[in-house]
Amino acid sequence: MTDASITSSNLGTAGGSSVISEAQFRDFYELLKPRVMRLVVFTGLVGLIAAPAPIHPFVGFVAVLCIAIGGGAAGALNMWWDADIDAIMKRTSKRPIPAGKVTLQEARGLGFALSGFSVMMLGLATNWFAAGLLAFTIFFYVVIYTIWLKRITPQNIVIGGAAGAFPPMVGWAAVTGDVSFESFLMFALIFMWTPPHFWALALFTRSDYDNASIPMLTVTHGRKSTRKHILAYTVLLAALAFGMCFTGLGGPVFITTAIILNALFLKGAWTIWQRDERQSEADNFLAERKFFKLSLLYLFVHFGAIVIDCGLAQVGLWGVL
Amino acid sequence: MNFRPEHELHTRRFSRNIGLGLVLAAFVALIFGLTVVKITEGDVARAIAGASSNE
Repeated sequence: MTDASITSSNLGTAGGSSVISEAQFRDFYELLKPRVMRLVVFTGLVGLIAAPAPIHPFVGFVAVLCIAIGGGAAGALNMWWDADIDAIMKRTSKRPIPAGKVTLQEARGLGFALSGFSVMMLGLATNWFAAGLLAFTIFFYVVIYTIWLKRITPQNIVIGGAAGAFPPMVGWAAVTGDVSFESFLMFALIFMWTPPHFWALALFTRSDYDNASIPMLTVTHGRKSTRKHILAYTVLLAALAFGMCFTGLGGPVFITTAIILNALFLKGAWTIWQRDERQSEADNFLAERKFFKLSLLYLFVHFGAIVIDCGLAQVGLWGVL
Repeated sequence: MNFRPEHELHTRRFSRNIGLGLVLAAFVALIFGLTVVKITEGDVARAIAGASSNE
């Protein structure tokens, strides 16, 4: 996609106006994908807390802020590149660029500026290994996922999941200056969680992806195959989560959480696999919607459990990492 | 040369300007805080005592 490929006419289709109106501060904030940023902040913070070394609270705050800004910058660059398909999809048509509030150039400028700022600040505040990892995360999300693979492979969600999985590793690296088995496991948990999470969403928002010609698994391999994929990835995810119980991350709260949530998640994936389109349409994709909601809880509670176990370890109620 | 006290552009860009002002103020605070932490290595009292003994 180029700047020329999105014109006032397709902006007008989505936003109802072909005129670029004055962008407000909130519009620029929306470019940073604040909802995604919340996940980035939370998982980055968990990586920072779980790391087996102390960090000054203010430096830790700056590190998490840089991770958040870096994630936001990647989001802005994603919106710049994907403005043409965002204008087509109902879910994304209200975003600042297709809504005609922010220009492509403004989004691109903000994305690049914040990318450079976040990486430099993280390097100066913590260490250059963490900064390099953050730079790689932005590069991976923008170039490898958004520009290169999103529009050509049905495995786009799997690849995009890798980009979203880096924040806890960056948080960990900000403290220790390296990556470790535990930080890799946190990466793997988000990586394996992303496909079932998004494919469940794709099952009940299919027309959006169809209209934008994004090769989602639902479009390229069919919906039955997507249901099978959700189950397969959920089984692998559950195996990973159970495996994490036997590592340094596996405290009592994490073990309890993993047992309960993975049982529920497996049950949800099994239900989705057994249903067909007729059943799903009859109840407006109730099981798929429930599974999607549970997936949001799944990640937050697992990472929350890691923090609680770290707290227990701090007060001597559980073995240290 | 006279400026109109309130150009229409000022009203239109009010939220942008306030937001940008706050971001810049936060950036200054961030740099100041980081500088203090880095120089004192997290122990302000010891750093002040060390500076006094060097005088």
